Amino acid sequence: MKLVYILTPLAPLFGAIAAGFFGKKLGRVNSHRVTIAGVAIAFLLSLVALSKSLSGDGSVMFNETIYTWMVSGGIKFEVGFLIDRLTVVMMTVVTSVSLMVHIYTIGYMHDDPGYQRFFSYISLFTFAMLMLVMANNFMQLFFGWEAVGLVSYLLIGFWYKKPTAIFANLKAFLVNRVGDFGFLLGIAAVLMYTGTLNYSEAFAAAPSMVGTTIELIPGVAWSALTVTCICLFIGAMGKSAQIPLHVWLPDSMEGPTPISALIHAATMVTAGIFMVARMSPFFELSTTALTFVIVIGSLTALLMGLVGIVQNDIKRVVAYSTLSQLGYMTVALGASAYGAAIFHLMTHAFFKALLFLAAGSVIIGMHHEQDIRKMGGLKKYMPITYWTSLIGTLALIGFPGFSGFFSKDAIIEAVHYSEIPGAGFAYICVLLGVFITSFYSFRMFFLVFHGKERFDDHTREHLHESPKVVTWPLILLAIPSVILGALTIGGMLFGGFFGDAIQVDPARDVLAKIGKDYHGVVAFVLHGFKVPAVYLALAGAVSAWFIYLHKPSIADWFADKFSFVHRILDNKYGFDDFNQKVFAGGSLLLANKLWTVGDVKLIDGIMVNGTANKVGLLSTVVRKLGSGYLYNYAFAMIVGLLAMLSIFIFTT
Amino acid sequence: MIPLSHFLTLGAILFTLSIAGIFLNRKNVIIILMCIELMLLAVNTNFIAFSYFLGDTAGQVFVFFILTVAAAEAAIGLAILVVLFRTRGTINVSDLDQLQG
Repeated sequence: MKLVYILTPLAPLFGAIAAGFFGKKLGRVNSHRVTIAGVAIAFLLSLVALSKSLSGDGSVMFNETIYTWMVSGGIKFEVGFLIDRLTVVMMTVVTSVSLMVHIYTIGYMHDDPGYQRFFSYISLFTFAMLMLVMANNFMQLFFGWEAVGLVSYLLIGFWYKKPTAIFANLKAFLVNRVGDFGFLLGIAAVLMYTGTLNYSEAFAAAPSMVGTTIELIPGVAWSALTVTCICLFIGAMGKSAQIPLHVWLPDSMEGPTPISALIHAATMVTAGIFMVARMSPFFELSTTALTFVIVIGSLTALLMGLVGIVQNDIKRVVAYSTLSQLGYMTVALGASAYGAAIFHLMTHAFFKALLFLAAGSVIIGMHHEQDIRKMGGLKKYMPITYWTSLIGTLALIGFPGFSGFFSKDAIIEAVHYSEIPGAGFAYICVLLGVFITSFYSFRMFFLVFHGKERFDDHTREHLHESPKVVTWPLILLAIPSVILGALTIGGMLFGGFFGDAIQVDPARDVLAKIGKDYHGVVAFVLHGFKVPAVYLALAGAVSAWFIYLHKPSIADWFADKFSFVHRILDNKYGFDDFNQKVFAGGSLLLANKLWTVGDVKLIDGIMVNGTANKVGLLSTVVRKLGSGYLYNYAFAMIVGLLAMLSIFIFTT
Repeated sequence: MIPLSHFLTLGAILFTLSIAGIFLNRKNVIIILMCIELMLLAVNTNFIAFSYFLGDTAGQVFVFFILTVAAAEAAIGLAILVVLFRTRGTINVSDLDQLQG
């Protein structure tokens, strides 16, 4: 099995190298063949690992160091794999969505000059993400973490001649640096307190950290565990786009749509969720950190959903929806329902990738028009896209029976049962979030596929269903979007599926409480009708229908009447403006001052030119002495001689 | 009998005169050469005076050496002067400031 685990990440890496370095020689078709083959191998091997894991008892299947990079001061830097249930779930999700996206890309990027480059990047991403989820130590986790960030940067700026894309990728990179700095501090704290980078050793040492305090500000003692966990979570906030580090994700939609689906919806942005779930032995020991997590998550879930309502770019609506759903996962983490978070991560990966790819299909059909106000009535032109979008939307809003229903309901129930501080607030947020999710999802759905056709005749002539390479991944993703939740909920949430991979304090184990009342899928669906979430979702869908299809004037009236609210939402609460003014403006101001004062005045003015000027000034004086007349020099010699003699005589 | 101090005073006066000659003169290089000669003579006077009063003839021997060197130096100096005049067309001291960078 060791070979299987080693080959899983290496197969996409091989594809990436082949398409990246030899893309010109291979040509377009061979490039996509080799990368798809690489990812397909990784997918099959993941399935092998998954089936082996499912037939096992849920304990750790493999935890070995493959290669020791270096040993320094007793700290080992290693490459190794830890394979347990958590890992195999992530591996399967990553490789399967990646495979779908690879196939879809053949259609989407068909005419793009950077075809081979694109395939190389997404294969490289698959490799990096696999390294991240399969790591058995913090060093490798960090490697994967940074590598996916790099590929994300490269892909957001894939169309590097577009100024907005360059702005967006720089923004993503910078915002992620903030998060990664926290993450690095967290890893350093783990290393400092446990003395090891290896997961199992660090987790074993975690309980010994209880009671250790650290004084970040002299005189104020904080629990070392809380500080460590919050630092680690700041990393997750950057990567998983939680408030206030979420600003990069909507802008990342400047990249090609397959990337939005793969990296900025299904896999990379969930790395933070995965990481916190993996670190559950640490987080479980600090209630403060969990409260922090749940509050940040619920704020993200609610506020970002609200922004989604006023967006008009089809991809941005889905992007804000992603932010909101990531908030849900974070809330689940904060409520100690790690299983529910991973469960939602898994279902979300499929239906959100589906929604993005469907949006991409619409964009292809509309000739790269992304404004939903210029669409409408696409149902009859693109039937497959229409039906798959409908499935994705229903899954997203948590329509009973669809996969999103199970995962979202599990989270809401978990928060309901949770007793940590902040859970009450989070419960209100996630419930309101359900209504909002449904509202913006159906707003977009209705504006795109129903109603009047708001595009011109030229577009209508060319409007047709996308090619098979585009629609097949849609269909293949639609299937798990429908059935995956019902199939896996029992096993994954309530059966102790994750084994030792996730450790939960029994007093806080909300999933176990829900599990007591769990009597099969049907009962769970029926139970769903007894709680407000389903009705809120339906209400959202109906209001969206009423406002945007039945009486479109209401939307304008509302925007007019409550222009204040509309403006706040349109400005995305001013996070961008604030960052632009305070951080970007502040750094510019600081840099300007450093330039004009530090560089020009201090270094150039005083140090470099200043010394030269002083030498020049001195020499103009000294020059007067060097008249060139021999007798002056001789006179100076004699005066000097006299002076020395006088000193000699008068001092002895 | 003339005391030693008179000789030494004479030497000092001669020496000072020659120094003054070198510095105050702005016109002619030949005067500088002559002043240098005078300086050497002042030193010679001191040598002879000390030699006589200390009863040591070594001083007078030195004077001969100095005279010889002075003659050679005068010859070389005049030769340089001639060459200088040929190249510059002047032996005016104020014009000879080529040492200035």
